[in-house]
Amino acid sequence: MAPVKIFSLSTCSHCKSTKKFLNDCTVQYDFVDVDLLQGEERSAILEEIKKFNPNCSFPTVIIGEKVIVGYKEKELKEALGL
Amino acid sequence: MEAKALYEMLKKVQEPKGYYFSNDRERVMELLEALCLNKERYGYMACPCRLASGKRKNDEDIICPCVYRVQDVAEYGSCYCNLYVSKEWNDGKISHDYIPERRPASRMIF
Repeated sequence: MAPVKIFSLSTCSHCKSTKKFLNDCTVQYDFVDVDLLQGEERSAILEEIKKFNPNCSFPTVIIGEKVIVGYKEKELKEALGL
Repeated sequence: MEAKALYEMLKKVQEPKGYYFSNDRERVMELLEALCLNKERYGYMACPCRLASGKRKNDEDIICPCVYRVQDVAEYGSCYCNLYVSKEWNDGKISHDYIPERRPASRMIF
């Protein structure tokens, strides 16, 4: 399965829904809660997110080559081949 | 302020204006707790679903209720976070699609 990475916020309801969905599907993923980062670490991650999603909104989910912005169950399933 | 107290206070003020809390109570309480947390972090209740800069002047449009709520509830029946919704949304008369981010990228100054 393609690697899954989530750029998220610790407080965001859509980010929580996305993580819960992937947990329920027993899909492994990496995530970074950007609101918990500060200074240069935050700036560096924001630059990385902008490459995938210029709007820098959350969650931004990367599945292999695919970028899914927001909590979209149908798109997640398709990208994961579920 | 605790989330429960915030719930009661905001409900009284917002419902007469046509903005209802989503009937997904668990989600609403999580969002209200996040608003309380952001108040502690930043000194104001920045939207929990957006990245706040921590500088009030850059975040003014996303202090809850954000300036985008009016248009989002009118168009989609819900605010960006699914915290405030219309009666029709709660009654299931509107499909619960993901609300696209209306905030322009130019306003996002981190």
